[in-house]
Amino acid sequence: MKTIISVVLLAVLFSSCQNSGKKTEKSSGEKVSLTAAGATFPLPYYNLVFKNYSEAKGTQVTYGGIGSGGGIRSLTDKVVDFGATDAYLEDKQLAEMPAPVVHIPTCLGAVVIAYNLPGVDELKLSNELLEKIFLGEITKWNDPKIVANNPGVQFPGKDIIFVHRSDGSGTTHIFSDYMTKISTKWAEKVGTGKSLNWPVGMGAKGNPGVVGTLSQTEGAIGYVGSEFAFAQKIQMAKVQNSQGEYVLPTIASVSAAAKGNIPDDTRIMLTNSSDAESYPISGFTWIILYKEQAYNGRSLAQAEETVKLLDWLVGPEAQAEAANVNYAPLTEDAAAKAKAILRTITYDGKPILN
Amino acid sequence: MNSDKITKIVLFSVSFIILILAGGMVFSLVGGAIPSFKTFGFGFITSAQWDPTEGKEQYGALPFIAGTLITSLGALIISFPLSFATSLFLGEYYRNTRVAKVLGTMVDLLAGIPSIVYGLWGFYVLRPFLISIGFDNQGFGVFTSSLVLAIMIIPYATSLSNEIISMVPNDLKEAAYSLGSTRYEVIRYVTVPAARSGIFAGYILAFGRALGETMAVTMLIGNANRIPDSLFSTGNTMASVIANQFGEADGLKLSALISIGLLLFVITGIVNGIGKLIIKKMS
Repeated sequence: MKTIISVVLLAVLFSSCQNSGKKTEKSSGEKVSLTAAGATFPLPYYNLVFKNYSEAKGTQVTYGGIGSGGGIRSLTDKVVDFGATDAYLEDKQLAEMPAPVVHIPTCLGAVVIAYNLPGVDELKLSNELLEKIFLGEITKWNDPKIVANNPGVQFPGKDIIFVHRSDGSGTTHIFSDYMTKISTKWAEKVGTGKSLNWPVGMGAKGNPGVVGTLSQTEGAIGYVGSEFAFAQKIQMAKVQNSQGEYVLPTIASVSAAAKGNIPDDTRIMLTNSSDAESYPISGFTWIILYKEQAYNGRSLAQAEETVKLLDWLVGPEAQAEAANVNYAPLTEDAAAKAKAILRTITYDGKPILN
Repeated sequence: MNSDKITKIVLFSVSFIILILAGGMVFSLVGGAIPSFKTFGFGFITSAQWDPTEGKEQYGALPFIAGTLITSLGALIISFPLSFATSLFLGEYYRNTRVAKVLGTMVDLLAGIPSIVYGLWGFYVLRPFLISIGFDNQGFGVFTSSLVLAIMIIPYATSLSNEIISMVPNDLKEAAYSLGSTRYEVIRYVTVPAARSGIFAGYILAFGRALGETMAVTMLIGNANRIPDSLFSTGNTMASVIANQFGEADGLKLSALISIGLLLFVITGIVNGIGKLIIKKMS
C-alpha cells in the first residue's frame, strides 16, 4: 500500500510540474507594461527609478537583474523590450545581432579598491603598486614600495590577500580594462574580461561575497562595485589617475570621468579618464535596444512607451535620483548624446520622438 | 483490470519517466559538451589551464577534478571515525534506548540543514577559529571545505550503517557470546563483518553527496582555479566553478562548463559503479 501511495504522489508531482509552465501567459490589460533584463550592477538604480516612473506615469516596468550576458541574450532572442549591459557591444557582437542595436548610457559606476588594514586610514596606490600587488609581485603590506608611496603610515607585516570575483562580472571587466590600460605586463599576462585567469588570490561570489571576505580577513585587498562599496562603510584606497592625482572614489569624482570626448554612439570605456578630478576606474552602464522598434509584432504604443521611459531615464528628474542610491549621474554632454540617440529610434521607419 | 495490473502499469510508467529524465540529462549534457571536447580533445581533462580571457581562451578541467576529489576524499576520511563510532553506538551498544533515539534524530537532523547554513557557519565561525588557532593565515581552502563537508555527510554514512548494524541477526551475536567472546570481539569479528557491505554502501552514498556539494564548498574553498598543492591551499571544485561562472558564460566557455557537468556526472557514476562492485564482492 505504501508503495502505491508514494507512486501516486510522484505521478501527481510530475504532472503538476508540467502544468506550471503553461500558466505564465500574460493577460493583456489596457496599460502597456515593459519588460527588461540585464546587468545586476545598475539594478538598485533601475528598481528605484522604474518604480517612480510607474507611480507617476502608470507604466509598469519589470527589470530582471540576470547579468549583462543574459541581457544581451534576452535582447537577441527578442524576449525583452530592452536589455542592459555594463560592457558595450563590440563591433563583432553588434554585427551578430539580428538587427541594428543602439546604446543608451544611463549612469556611471566605478570599481573601488577596498582593503582591510586596521589602523591604516589612508592608502595611496600608484599604478605601479596596483600592477605589482595584483600580479602577486608584492606580497607583504610593509613592502618598501608601499611604504615609500605612503609616507607617515605604519604598515603591518601581514601577507597581502587578494580577493577577486569568482563569478563572471561587469565589475571585473571594468577593473581589468583599467589594469590593461596602465600595465603592459598585466595586458600580456592576464588581459581584459568578465572573468580572468587570475595569477594570485582567491575568489568570492558577487560584491557581497568579496566585501564579506574582506571584512573577515585582515590584510585583504579586493575590488568592489562602487554601488555596493559606497553603501558599506569599508576602507577604500586612493587611486592615481592619468594626471598623477590620487583620487578617492566619490559620486563627484566618478561623474568627472565622463568629462572629455565621448563618441556619438557613447560606446567608450571611461577608465583612465584624462580629467584631473576623475576617479580612474569608472565606467558607463548602458541600456541596449533595437533601433527599429517594429519587430516581433510589438505595437506602436509599446515602442513609444519604451522610448519615452528611456528619454525620461536620462533626463534630470531620474538622474537626480542616481546619487541617492550611490550611482554617479550622467554629465550634461553624455545625457545630450543619449537623447540624440533616442531620437534616431524608429517604428516602421518613422522616428518615435521628435 | 485488477489492482495488480494497475499497480504494475503505474510502477512501470513512473520508473520509465525516471529513465527518460536521466537519459535526457545525459543527452543534453553530451550535446552541450561537444564543442569544448572538439576544440580541446581529451586534453580538456588533463589540462590545468583555465583562461577565459577573450582571444586566448583555454579550458582544462583538471584543477576542478582534483579539487572535487581531494575535498571529498578529505571529507570521507575526517567523517569516518565520527560516523562509524556513532553508528556502532546507535546500532549496537545503545540499540533501542532513549539515548540512541535522541542521538539518532539529531544525526538525521544534520542532513536536513540547508547547505548554505553550513557554508555560513564555516565562513563566520569555523574559518575565524582556524585562523585564531594559527592553522592558516586566511582560512580558506581545501582543509576548511573538507571539514565542513565531513560534517555534512555524517548523517548519510551514519544512518545507513546504523540500520545495517542493528539488523545483524541476534543468533549470530549470541553464538559468539556463548563461546565466551567479549563485546568488543563480537563487534570486531561478528557484527562488522556481517554488516560491512551495508556500511560500505553508506560511505559510497556519503562520498557521492560530497562530490556534488556546491554552496558550502564555494563559500570556503577560495575559488582559485588551480590544483591545490597543500591541504591549506585554495582551489576550486567542479560543482563550484559551474555555480560561479554559469551566469555570464557563453560560447566555448559555456560548453566547457557543461563538459565539467558531464564529467561530474561520469565520476559520480564511476564511484557508484565501483561501490556496487565492491558491495557485490563483499556479500
